[in-house]
Amino acid sequence: MEIIDILFTASFWAAAIRIASPLIFATLGELICERAGVLNLGIEGIMVAGAFAGWMAVYSGTGLWVGVAVAMLVGMLFGLLHSTLTVPFGLSQHVVGLGVTLLATSSTYYAYRLALPEVTSPPKIEAFQAFEIPILSDIPLIGPALFSQTPFTYLAFVLVAVVAVVLYRTPLGLAVRAAGENPAAVAAQGLSVTAIRMGAVVVGSGFMAMGGAFLTMSAFDSFFFEMVNGRGWICIALVVFGSWRPGKALLGAILFAAFDALQIRVQQTSLGSLLPYQIFLTMPYILSIVALVLMSRRAEVPAALMVPFNKGER
Amino acid sequence: MRLEPIKNPSLARNLLPPALALGATVVIASLLAMAAGANPFSVFGLILRGAFGSQFALLETLNRATPLIFTGLAAAVAFRAKFWNIGAEAQLYAGALLTVMLGTGVLPWPSIALLPTLVVFSILAGAFVLLIPALLKTRFGVDEVVTTLLFNFIFLLFISMLLEGPLKDPMGMGWPKSARLIDEARLPRLVDGLRLHWGFALAILSAFVIWIIQTRSTLGYEMRAVGLNKQAAAFAGIPVNLVLVKTALLSGGLAALAGFSEVAGVKASLTLDLSPGFGYTGIIVAMLALLHPLGVVVAALFVAGIFVGADSMSRAAGVPTYLADIMLAAALLLMVLAIMLTRFRVVRD
Repeated sequence: MEIIDILFTASFWAAAIRIASPLIFATLGELICERAGVLNLGIEGIMVAGAFAGWMAVYSGTGLWVGVAVAMLVGMLFGLLHSTLTVPFGLSQHVVGLGVTLLATSSTYYAYRLALPEVTSPPKIEAFQAFEIPILSDIPLIGPALFSQTPFTYLAFVLVAVVAVVLYRTPLGLAVRAAGENPAAVAAQGLSVTAIRMGAVVVGSGFMAMGGAFLTMSAFDSFFFEMVNGRGWICIALVVFGSWRPGKALLGAILFAAFDALQIRVQQTSLGSLLPYQIFLTMPYILSIVALVLMSRRAEVPAALMVPFNKGER
Repeated sequence: MRLEPIKNPSLARNLLPPALALGATVVIASLLAMAAGANPFSVFGLILRGAFGSQFALLETLNRATPLIFTGLAAAVAFRAKFWNIGAEAQLYAGALLTVMLGTGVLPWPSIALLPTLVVFSILAGAFVLLIPALLKTRFGVDEVVTTLLFNFIFLLFISMLLEGPLKDPMGMGWPKSARLIDEARLPRLVDGLRLHWGFALAILSAFVIWIIQTRSTLGYEMRAVGLNKQAAAFAGIPVNLVLVKTALLSGGLAALAGFSEVAGVKASLTLDLSPGFGYTGIIVAMLALLHPLGVVVAALFVAGIFVGADSMSRAAGVPTYLADIMLAAALLLMVLAIMLTRFRVVRD
């Protein structure tokens, strides 16, 4: 069985973790927004903007980590735009989210054309290199998969832990979760629902942009149009699949990425040559929908998700 | 800050915010044009001339507006019932698919029989594609935003598979492209000699039909009630899920007509670049029209004009065409804000 053999190769799991990394950042970002009660459909466009901003910064001479920070900052700006419109003004989160995706995508492409008017193939940068963690990377199978990745991937895992601790172990996290469950109670405590929600969307959008930047700065070393290719929408499905919990979302992202890595490898086997390659390419999208259906029965949706809060009302 | 409803908005209250939104959009576009090293006045002049400045330009704009009227109506109908169909792109390709499947010679009928058949089957195909997310929503409570979005990717890959397999044109020189429609399956021109096909008339007709459905039929009333307040609608005895499914069928059918009209009216065959995002742009059209079906026609002409104008402006002034997309996204965001400000006052705490 070729497929079973694939599952026991280290390169397969290394690829799965690499594919999961951008999804982890963006899923975490969306999760923070939704936990505070805001659906952020700007995710797809913010990832495009982050992918370009980080790559462009490095291409113009900054260090890699500065590039990551630039991407995050650009994402936060779009998050600020999104949250200003959806939180204090309470505008439709669907419409604003799609609008932000359109704005972020088209302004990124505009900026790309202005910055590099003459190029036919986009230039490459010196992307993040794999860093083998001593001792740990010698463990068979797990070592090459988990501990021989780029520092950008390690950051994704660190971030999951940080977000989980902040959400469940700090007053700030409690306030964020309460803003998404029962904003009136938050306001009764004398806290500003507006500030909490806006803060969550700004930070979450920063994470989404880092997910985009991973594509151009670690997974690949160059920026292409349409390179995000629906990953943002998949992350929204992953948030539901992970029941709005960082740990479960991480597992979901890895599971999803493993499946993606598997379909790429199965395409190259005897089974793969029997079927059109498009069948394999649709798998991630179909899997997302299946995951949504499976989880819909027992999803613990934040009670005030997509419900604007206007102080003094009701 | 908080928002306070305005009881009797004055005329200035009704007009000023939208005007400011439009003005701000123009300012943003001007700044971006200047960033590209162009004179904003000449950029806008070129856009206007490119969109409406000659008979050729005007017809091009009307042609480009045709699919946008269909996808705009699809979004307007669905959004009115708060059914978030973001999958018009997939439904458009479903309509196009049925058009080439039945219109390339399988049915050797005269136009008068063939064209209505193609219309009906396109509508059914689009409705079917949206039926799946609609049922997932009503049966399992799965959010339709994500499923319809993901369906766009799935369906495009499906079309790509067909174009490289059973639908591939043997005379296509290896390109993933379907065979050409037979002449009887082509939409004739509205006026001889002018590049405008009957798809445009069908689009206008659809807008009127939707307007009548929305204002004069029980279904229209039910769709509005469901959109305004689901609980209240259910309490009043409206079968909410059934209304949502009907809305989805209508919306999917409309989007599919965009695919039919592009293939039968313009391209004559199906390729993967049939739609440069007509499905997504339809959402902007619907929002700018405030979801009014007749407003969709006006908004589609406006949006099409910006795209067509920006294409010719870009060739002349060297400003990237993405300026048009930025303008529309900015107009969308500023306009929803402006509309809200016509009805609410911002009060400081």
